[in-house]
Amino acid sequence: MARRSAPEINAGSMADIAFLLLIFFLVTTTMDVDTGITRILPPPVKNKNEKIDVKERNILKILINNHDLMLVNGLPATVNGLSNKIIDFMSLHPNNMSYPQIKEVYIPELGKKVMMTKGIVSLKNDRGTSYKMYISVQDAIAKAFNEMKDQQSLKYYGVKFDQLVDPKKTKIINKLVPIRVSEAEPENVGGQ
Amino acid sequence: MTKFKTTKTKAEPSINTASLPDIIFILLFFFMVTTTMRQNTLMVKIKLPEATQVQKLQKKSLVSYIYIGEPVNKALYGTKPRIQLNDSYASVKDIPEFVSKERQARPEAERNLITTSLKVDENTKMGIVTDVKQQLRKANALKINYSTRKVLKR
Repeated sequence: MARRSAPEINAGSMADIAFLLLIFFLVTTTMDVDTGITRILPPPVKNKNEKIDVKERNILKILINNHDLMLVNGLPATVNGLSNKIIDFMSLHPNNMSYPQIKEVYIPELGKKVMMTKGIVSLKNDRGTSYKMYISVQDAIAKAFNEMKDQQSLKYYGVKFDQLVDPKKTKIINKLVPIRVSEAEPENVGGQ
Repeated sequence: MTKFKTTKTKAEPSINTASLPDIIFILLFFFMVTTTMRQNTLMVKIKLPEATQVQKLQKKSLVSYIYIGEPVNKALYGTKPRIQLNDSYASVKDIPEFVSKERQARPEAERNLITTSLKVDENTKMGIVTDVKQQLRKANALKINYSTRKVLKR
């Protein structure tokens, strides 16, 4: 008796099946990577009457009105130069009364005391401010803080902040450059 | 006497297609792995604002989305910006409930790490965004992400 070999499966339509699946996934794919500016909101206020005293010279006040115009510490400004202004404000200026106070902070990871500014960036917007303007200001603030992180990172580790591999080092830099941005309770002046 | 032989008949060699399925399969696997299916159908029109200093959202499973913008169906819902949670319009007051539901859906160890991504149209006024932020503070969902498009330079 001749032994019959097992019949081969016809694989000719395999390509067609794979093509169909491929086209399905091609159509349903959305390649968007979600990107954005991450911020931590302040926890809800328990005691509304509690006032936190911050010295006037320690605050950089940014106000945006309902026409998307900006005031920085009382002077008109644009988004373009804003991040440089913030860097200038937040960097250390000993013995200069028009800049924020300086405090010494002990950083256990570094094992020494480090001079840090007491400055705070305060952002206040109107209900009529456009979201676009708000984001561009947030972006400028983020840019300023990222640049300061880069500076510190270059000083201590010789590389830029986003090239740090060790999460411990990232943590230290985040401690050295805390994002000190305060957002005031909103006001309704210009209406919706 | 001609130099070139033109009369010689030769059958065209057929291209071997045996490896075609393999190639297609590789493409298929690529798209299968990269695919993320859209969870929500957008009912508001959103054009995200641009920013340069953006970070990628980590851990997508912990992110819940809030959409704010003009309704797509203007004839029915008007042009006033609306908030969309999941698949329906909602008011500002619904946000704490939405957040607690989102929190319940996550494993217990990760409930405190949830991020809220705000996808807001760039022409929206800050009033409604501020209201949403106040509600998020009340609901103790403090980590938020203003969703933006990345541009290299403005």
